[in-house]
Amino acid sequence: MKTMLNVALPKGRLGEKVYNMFDQAGFPCPSILENSRKLIFENEECGVRYFWVKPSDVAIYVERGAADVGVAGKDILLEYNPDVYELLDLDIGKCRMAVAAKKDFRDDQQKTLKVATKFTNIAQRFYASMGRDIDIIHLNGSIEIAPILGLTDVIVDIVETGTTLKENNLEVIDTIVPISARLIANKSSYKFKNQQIDKIVSDIAKQMEGKND
Amino acid sequence: MNTGNVPMKSEERISLLLRALYEQYGYAQYKMSKFEEYDLYVSNKDFLISDSVITFTDTNGKLMALKPDMTLSIVKNTKDAAGTLSKVYYDENVYRVSKGTHSFKEIKQVGLECIGDLDAYSLYEVLMLAAESLQSISGECVLDISHLGILSGVLESLGVSEDVQNDLLRCMGEKNPHELTAICKANAIQDEDIDLLKALISLYGTPKEVLPKLAALLQGKIDEALLKNFTEILEAFQGSPLQSMLRIDFSVVSDMHYYNGIVFKGFVKGIPDSVLSGGQYDKLLQKMNRKSGAIGFAVYLDLLERMEESSKDFDVDILLLYTEGTTLSNLRDAVARLSARGDRVMVQRAVPEKLRARQVMKLTNGEVELLEDNA
Repeated sequence: MKTMLNVALPKGRLGEKVYNMFDQAGFPCPSILENSRKLIFENEECGVRYFWVKPSDVAIYVERGAADVGVAGKDILLEYNPDVYELLDLDIGKCRMAVAAKKDFRDDQQKTLKVATKFTNIAQRFYASMGRDIDIIHLNGSIEIAPILGLTDVIVDIVETGTTLKENNLEVIDTIVPISARLIANKSSYKFKNQQIDKIVSDIAKQMEGKND
Repeated sequence: MNTGNVPMKSEERISLLLRALYEQYGYAQYKMSKFEEYDLYVSNKDFLISDSVITFTDTNGKLMALKPDMTLSIVKNTKDAAGTLSKVYYDENVYRVSKGTHSFKEIKQVGLECIGDLDAYSLYEVLMLAAESLQSISGECVLDISHLGILSGVLESLGVSEDVQNDLLRCMGEKNPHELTAICKANAIQDEDIDLLKALISLYGTPKEVLPKLAALLQGKIDEALLKNFTEILEAFQGSPLQSMLRIDFSVVSDMHYYNGIVFKGFVKGIPDSVLSGGQYDKLLQKMNRKSGAIGFAVYLDLLERMEESSKDFDVDILLLYTEGTTLSNLRDAVARLSARGDRVMVQRAVPEKLRARQVMKLTNGEVELLEDNA
C-alpha cells in the first residue's frame, strides 16, 4: 500500500489557492472541489489525503503529527511557536501584523500602554523588545472597537487592506511583521516521508519562480 | 509465579532493553534522589528544556527542586580524572512542564552520560548507543546528526552579533530559508555566505551522500580539524547495519552556550516528536570550571505510549460471577482451576459497567457455567 501524505489545508479561499498549488505539484484530488460538507478527501493513487481545518489549527495538526504538512499563516506560527519545519514562504495570503490606534492618539510614554489583541504573545514580544510596559487585554474578535470605546489605547492585529481600520477611524501606527502563508512540515514526517515532502517543496518553489519571472 | 502473560507496556519493555544495552558497554547505573538543590538549575537555566521547576523548602530551610533534568546532577557528581571516563546511565523520572498541557508532568527518561577525557572512540560509542537505542524501540527509525562546532564556526565567520547568530541558528532549526535570507540581507551578509547557509539547511541524507558535499561547501570556511573529526566518527559506522539509519541534518541545533560538538535527535516512525535527544556539551563543564568533556543523550519513554499496538480487546479473559450463598472454598477452587490455564480471571457478583470480558461464566453449586463467549 502506498504511504499516504496527510495535508492540512486552511478552510477558505486561501486553502483553495493552496490546494491548486499542490494539485499542480502532482498531488491532485478532484473530489475536494465538489461542493460538499465533507472534511477529508483522499486520492489513494497519488498517495495524498487532504483535510480542511480551521486556519488557526493547522499548526497544531502538523506539530502533533495528524498532518504531515500544512499551510499556516506566519501570524499563527509566531503566536503559538509550534515545533515544526517552516519550509517555504508561499507568498500568498499576504498582510501584516500591525499596531493601530485612533487617528488622534498621542502615546504617553509615562503611562502603561493598554493593548487589545488576539495575538497576546506577538504583542508581548514586540513591546518587551522596546522595554515598554503594557497591559494586554485579550479579545477574540471585533478588536477595532476596543480603542473607540476607550477599553484600550491601541490594538495589535492583522491588517490586510486597512479598510476596516479606516471605517472605524483608526490608523496603523507601527508594523510589527509582514505576514504570509507558509508551508510547514512535521519534523518526524519529514524524515519518513522525505521524498514526497521534498517533491512538494521543490515543485511549489518552481511554480512560484515561474510566477515571479 | 509466571509473569509471561502480563502484558508489558512499550515503555517498560524498552527500558529493560536499554538498560541491558548500556550495561553491555560498561555503563553503570546511576541512582539518585528525586531532589536537587534549586541553585544548580538557577545557574544553568538555559541548559534545561523548560525553565519551570517544581520547588519546595526542605526542613533545613534550603530551597530544593524536583529534578527537571538528570544531566546536571550527574555532571555535578563526577570528578575530572585525566585519561579516564565516567560512563553512567540512568532510568529515572523527571518533572517538567509538558508542551501540550502547560502543566507539570512526570516523565520517564532513560539516558546515559560519558564524562571525562573524550576521544573519537568515546564520541562514536555514544552515537552508536543512541542509534542502537532507537533500533530497540523500532526498526523504522532515523538518527539525525549535526555538529554545532561546524555551525558555530560558519556563523562566527559572518562577523555578525551573537543575537543575529542566534536568529540564524533558529532559522536553521526550522529549515526556514526565506527568513534566513531576510535576516542575512538586513545584516549585510554577502550573497556567497547566504548561499552557504541555505545549502547547509537543505543538506539532508546519509553520511555517504552528504559528507562529500559538506567538505566541498565548507572548504576554507571553518577549522578543518572539526570536519575531519566529524567525518572520522561517522565513517566508523561503515559496514554496520546502523549506517542506513544515520542522517546528517543541520536543522538539529541546541544552545551554543552549552553544546559544542556533535548533536543529535532520534525519530521513530509513528511518533511526531523526537524520542531521543543528545549531544556533546563540553561548554557546560567549562562553565562549572571543569576540565572534562562530556556527551550524552536521553530517551523520552513517555512518548512511546503512542506506539502501543491496538488497545487490548478484552480487560479480562474470564469474568466469573457468583451468587450469594456460594461457599468460599467452591469459589477459591474454581478461580484456581480457571487461572491455571493462564487466563486472567476476575471475580464479581455482578457484571461491572463497561468491562469487556472474553468469556462470562457463572459459578452455581460448584459448577462453572458459560454465559457469554465474546471471543
